[in-house]
Amino acid sequence: MSSKDLILARIRQALGDRPQSPEIPRDYRRGAGKADLDLLVERLVDYRAVVHRSTDVAATIRDIIGGGTLVVPPGLPSEWLPPSAVVDDDLPADRIAAADGVVTAAAVAIAETGTIVLDASADQGRRILSLLPDLHICVLRPEQVVSSVPEAVARLDPRRPLTWISGPSATSDIELNRVEGVHGPRNLHVILEES
Amino acid sequence: MTFLGMPARAPRGVGHLRGDEPFPVAARKALANPQLRRNLHHATTTIRDKSGRVVAELPDWQELRSAGSALKAYTMAHLPELLEQLEERVTAAGGIVHWAADANEANEIVTGLVRDTGEQRVIKVKSMATQEIGLNEALAAAGISPVETDLAELIVQLGDDKPSHILVPAIHRNRAEIREIFLRAMPGVDPGLTDDPPALAGAARRYLRETFLTTRVAVSGANFGIAETGTLAVVESEGNGRMCLTLPDTLITVMGIEKVVPAWPDLEVFLQLLPRASTGERMNPYTSMWTGVTPGDGPQNFHLVLLDNGRTAVLADEVGRQALHCIRCSACLNVCPVYERTGGHAYGSVYPGPIGAVLSPQLTGVADNASLPYASSLCGACFDACPVKIDIPSILVHLRNQAPHPRTEAAVMRAAAATMARPKLYARAQRAAKAARIAGRRGRGLPPPLNGWTASRDLPEPPQQTFRDWWRGR
Repeated sequence: MSSKDLILARIRQALGDRPQSPEIPRDYRRGAGKADLDLLVERLVDYRAVVHRSTDVAATIRDIIGGGTLVVPPGLPSEWLPPSAVVDDDLPADRIAAADGVVTAAAVAIAETGTIVLDASADQGRRILSLLPDLHICVLRPEQVVSSVPEAVARLDPRRPLTWISGPSATSDIELNRVEGVHGPRNLHVILEES
Repeated sequence: MTFLGMPARAPRGVGHLRGDEPFPVAARKALANPQLRRNLHHATTTIRDKSGRVVAELPDWQELRSAGSALKAYTMAHLPELLEQLEERVTAAGGIVHWAADANEANEIVTGLVRDTGEQRVIKVKSMATQEIGLNEALAAAGISPVETDLAELIVQLGDDKPSHILVPAIHRNRAEIREIFLRAMPGVDPGLTDDPPALAGAARRYLRETFLTTRVAVSGANFGIAETGTLAVVESEGNGRMCLTLPDTLITVMGIEKVVPAWPDLEVFLQLLPRASTGERMNPYTSMWTGVTPGDGPQNFHLVLLDNGRTAVLADEVGRQALHCIRCSACLNVCPVYERTGGHAYGSVYPGPIGAVLSPQLTGVADNASLPYASSLCGACFDACPVKIDIPSILVHLRNQAPHPRTEAAVMRAAAATMARPKLYARAQRAAKAARIAGRRGRGLPPPLNGWTASRDLPEPPQQTFRDWWRGR
C-alpha cells in the first residue's frame, strides 16, 4: 500500500462518523465598492512606506532615485523611465542585487490594509527583480486600488506568482515589536498616479 | 476497527512533540527564572495590545471568525477529496507531490530530494511542520546543513536553543541576550554591534545575504494549500521567505494535510484573520503565493510533501479534531496566563501554549504527553482569542478524561461516589469533616496521598453547621 493510499484510508476511517459539512456563512463585508485613496495612503504610511501622489511619475522617480542605478521589468511604460534604467532581460542575481532600486507597476492595492500585490505581469517582472534591490518604487494607478481583501482576491489570478507587500521588510521577532529592515527591500516608495 | 487498526500516532524517537519531563516539573524551572518571566510578560503584553487594536478596526471580526471556523470544519469533512484535488492541480502545474505517513518518512523524502540535487546546504523558511518532524537533525545526520533564515529561528539556532513560541520562537530572549548570541555565534559579526533592534536585524541581513544568493535548495512549510488551484501560500514578515521561495532552483515544501483550503476565494477569510490575530498587523509585510512551477520565475523544481504524522489520529476524535483547524497564529499563547508565566519550553513540544496542550497529546497519544491537558486553568481566554473559534477548553477537559489517572485518585473518587450515593453515609462523612476541623487539621492541608491538591490551595473550612443540620433545625 502506498503512503498516499494509507493516509487516505486513515482519513476515511477517521471520518467514519460522517461529520456534517457546514454551510459557510459569508456575511462578512465584501468591501465598500469605491476605494478610499486617502485611507490607502494613511495605511501605507503607517507601515513606513513613503507615498508620493504625483501627476508626473517620471519626475517623481527621478527625484527618489537621484543618481542611483535602477533595474526595471521589460513591460514598464517607457515614459516613466530615466534613460539609465537597466531592463531585466534575464539579468543575473548579482546584477539585480547591485542596483540601487527597482521600479515596478502593481496588479492590485488594498486600501484597508495598506497592501500592494504584484502578479509578475510584464510591468512588474520576475519575483527576484522586486526582491533584491534595497529600494522598491511601486507605481499605482487609482483604478487598481480596491477597498478590501475580498475585492483584491476576486481580482487576482492565483495561477500567477503573487507577492503581497505591506510596507518594507520588517520583523516582530525582537520583543514582538515591529522593526523595519531585514531581508527584503528596506525602503518602499509608492507613487500614486494622479490625473 | 478495520485493517488499519489503531489510529497512527506520531512515532517516538524522532521530532519534537514530546518533552523530557512532565509540564509541572519543567514549569517550576521556568517560574524560577525572573529574566524569562520579564521577557515573556513584556512580549505577550505588547502583542495583546497590538492585536486588540487591529481586531477592533474590523466591524465584521466575529463574522470572519465564524466563516473561518466553518471553512475548517468543511475542509476536515472533505479532506480526502481536497487532498487529491490539490495533488492533481500541483502536478498539472509542474510540481511533484509526495505523501509522508509520519515524521520518519517525511525526513527520508526530503533528505533524498536534497541528495538528488547534490547540494550540501539548504536554506529554510520558518516552518512548524519541519520543526515537528525534526527535519534539521535528519538533514544534519545526512551531512546536509540546514540554515534557518527567519530571524527568531536564527537566534534559536545560533544560541543552540529551542523554540518557545509558534510565531516568535525566540520570544524568551530580550534584545541584550540576542546581541550576546550574535556576538558569540554569528560568523563575521561586527564586534561593535549594539542591542538596538534595527542594528540586530541589519546584522542578520548582512550575515544571510550571501547564503541566500548561493544556496540552490530551499525547504519551506506552507500556511495554506488551495485545492482548487494547487496554489501554496507562505505568510511572513522579513523577506527571508521571499528569498527562499524565489532564488533557489529547487523548492521543497512540507505541509500538514490539515492545511489544505478548498478554494481560492476562501483565502479572503484567512488573510484577514491570520495577520491580525498573529502579529497584530492589518497585513503582514509579505505573503508569497505560487502554483507549481512558473517558467523563468522562481524555482524550476517544486516538491510538495503532504504530512500525516498523527494528524489522522487527531481527526478520528470527534471532540479533539477541531485542534486541526489551527492556523498557527499563536494568539492563544499570547493571552494564556499559564503560557505567560512558564513560557514555551515547559510544554516540551514545538507546539506550546493552549493549542499545544491539545494538539501535542493528540498527535503523540495522550499517554506520551499526559501532563499537558492539565497545563491550563480552563479560563477560556484562548477560546475567545482564537480566530477560527477552536474550543480549546472543551478539548482540554476531554483529554483529561483520556489521560491515565493514578490508582489512588480513582479509588478516592470511587469512595466519594459511593458515599454521596448513600444519604446516611454522606451525613456521617460531613460530621467527620467537621470533627477533623476541630481536631486541628485546619491549615495543614490534606493528609497524603491527597496533599498534592492542597500544596497550592487552601482547604476550604467545613461550615459550623451543615445544610442538612440547618434544614432539620429550621
